[in-house]
Amino acid sequence: METLTEKMPIVATDAALDRVISERIDILLDRRLEAKLAELKAAKTPSMTIIATKGTLDWAYPPFILASTASALGWDVSIFFTFYGLELLKKDLSGLQVSPLGNPAMPMKMPFGPEWFRSIRWNIPNALQSVIPGFEAFATTMMKKTIKNTGVAEIGTLRGLCVEAGVNLIGCQMTVDLFGYERDDFIPDVKDYVGAATFLPMAKDADVSLFI
Amino acid sequence: MDFDKELDARGLSCPLPILKTKKSLNELTTGQVLKVVATDPGSVKDMQAFANQTGNPLLSSAEENKTYVFYLKKK
Repeated sequence: METLTEKMPIVATDAALDRVISERIDILLDRRLEAKLAELKAAKTPSMTIIATKGTLDWAYPPFILASTASALGWDVSIFFTFYGLELLKKDLSGLQVSPLGNPAMPMKMPFGPEWFRSIRWNIPNALQSVIPGFEAFATTMMKKTIKNTGVAEIGTLRGLCVEAGVNLIGCQMTVDLFGYERDDFIPDVKDYVGAATFLPMAKDADVSLFI
Repeated sequence: MDFDKELDARGLSCPLPILKTKKSLNELTTGQVLKVVATDPGSVKDMQAFANQTGNPLLSSAEENKTYVFYLKKK
């Protein structure tokens, strides 16, 4: 009995001390963690990975616009070109086309003529579009003209700016084999030809990851 | 306002004004001022965001007859 009562105050003090220490640590940790996290965030270079899967003139824009802009903001950027997206890596980009067929959202307007003529939205039925020979070539020519008129950059220019800014252009090896491409078809700036297993860990660590 | 270099980005659309601004800033030294003239209405918000992201202060942003004039200081 004697020894127990002697020890009681010590046990009580230990528990109280533990509680005080624990509370104190919580306060300090919260404060320091916040500062440390802000410090880490400020020191980290933001990064973005994009999967580019489309090979048409219109869909060629989003990956190159976002990649070039992100690198202007100082971010690390990689684009993984797979399936039809590989078309965007070809040396010759003149084959990129746009199709209004099955694309009801695409405004069909003429890039020339007087204002009243330019503002007409041509609703040409799909059934008609599909049987008019050269309709896609016509639409592509019109879009290229519109691009020029509005001061939007050509795809080759945007891609060149991406290369210059150090954007990592990566080709999907499986699609190269699947579609029977030769590596010589593509610009020499392609950093590597890899598979999903190489791309995914890059995407995992990126702040922004997009599928286009 | 005094400036050390002027960039004419008139007639260019997104993202060209920003990309050219970035390039022009690279040619300046710390403290120098870049004047950018643009006609893309989107560049007003974009230039502010660019300045915030890259830490190059946007000293002023003004509009006159659908032309936008920006002054950026190289950090």
